[in-house]
Amino acid sequence: MSERTGLVLATKKGVFVLEGDAERRNWKLSGPFCEAWPINHAVADPKTGTIYAGGGNEWFGPAVWKSEDRGKSWSHSSEGLAYAEGKDPISAVWSLAAANGSLYAGVCPAGLFRSDDGGITWSHISGLQDHPTRPDWQPGGAGLILHTILPHPEDEKQLWVGMSAVGVFHTADGGASWEPRNAGTRNDYFPEDQRYPVFGQCVHSIAIAPGTTDRLYQQNHCGMYVSDNGGIEWRSIEAGLPSSFGFPAAAHPRDPDTLYLFPLNGDSVGRYAPDGKAAVWRSRDGGASWQDLRAGLPQENAYLTVLRQAMATDSADPAGIYFGTTSGAVYASADEGESWHCIAEHLPLISSVETFAYDA
Amino acid sequence: MPNDTAAPPTSSQTGSNATQVRVVLPGPLLRLFPGSERELVVSAATVTELLDVLDARWPGMRDRLCDSRPAIRKHINIFVDGRSASLETPLPPGAEVFILTAMSGG
Repeated sequence: MSERTGLVLATKKGVFVLEGDAERRNWKLSGPFCEAWPINHAVADPKTGTIYAGGGNEWFGPAVWKSEDRGKSWSHSSEGLAYAEGKDPISAVWSLAAANGSLYAGVCPAGLFRSDDGGITWSHISGLQDHPTRPDWQPGGAGLILHTILPHPEDEKQLWVGMSAVGVFHTADGGASWEPRNAGTRNDYFPEDQRYPVFGQCVHSIAIAPGTTDRLYQQNHCGMYVSDNGGIEWRSIEAGLPSSFGFPAAAHPRDPDTLYLFPLNGDSVGRYAPDGKAAVWRSRDGGASWQDLRAGLPQENAYLTVLRQAMATDSADPAGIYFGTTSGAVYASADEGESWHCIAEHLPLISSVETFAYDA
Repeated sequence: MPNDTAAPPTSSQTGSNATQVRVVLPGPLLRLFPGSERELVVSAATVTELLDVLDARWPGMRDRLCDSRPAIRKHINIFVDGRSASLETPLPPGAEVFILTAMSGG
């Protein structure tokens, strides 16, 4: 048996799975799964290989789907995935993370749930909804969503979450209490003298540098940032990028200084690849400098958008990098971003791309 | 998962004033609950009781039709003898209940 890379894609019309060959060159597509529900995020638990997919259906509401056989069969549940009577009901699941035997789900309106039985039943981690800033949270373009869940790599009581347009929040006690961690990130849409608020920033994604417990990267609606103390303070690393606007930030599997982005042309001018030329941007020095990676990516009339959860790295060596577009294409690099090829196209809008390893 | 551990159908009795009604479920809902039936006769006195009966047979089905307000989901319609119903709507003996998905999507 040899270990191979698989991708799980969340799309507007169900989940798809791509299984790669030993060279990560040829890929076999299966799907659509989950009754073609709109799915916002799909992940594979690295410990068990179980795939979980979270979304929300216009008719039937939110649910988390589960497959223990790489997509061949599925079940679903939302038992306990609800706010108290009288509150705005949950419309959809937006983010999932498996860690320390638990599964976390971020939802809209922004809140966090945990399952300790593999997604069968859920309980509300109410500390976030009870936060004193909650009445003043404002939605971003996709609604008031909790779109990023980042478990601490060593301490199971610690988590970071990203909410739009609220910012990054951190808990050190398993979710009972939370503090905003947005110092140094700006909101260009606030009055000039209020652009560095305690909360209210539009975080787009956060990633933790591998092998560290406190270096975080953040792609924000208004800038690109790094923190070396778990988000207590952030500093800009956007110099050298074609734009301060983008959605995903994907960390290298082993090198804490290497990071991948897909900058877009700007938030008010289309939000697509600058000049219609697709490029992944990579830093090898923690954001001090950036290099555009274009070999094999379309360089003409490519008005691509890559959403916040739609870029991922695998654990192979050299690292594989993958991204999915809103126009339904998936691009892959098996050499750390040096060269790319399209491995799937004509899919529905891709919301997320995550990797998993499997034995073939 | 709750939806694939459905209990075998039983003659349900839920409440002292429960009456026999005929229920028709929508196709997209049936696909979510393997083994569920398009048409069935159950005992229920209100729409809420009817959803409880369905949930007992196919765990998780209530969540798909009703949200936490609680109310029938915005894009689900339940008709009792041809009239649009709410959770509190009583079910007269012999009523015909159609549960339908609304026209929506994209």
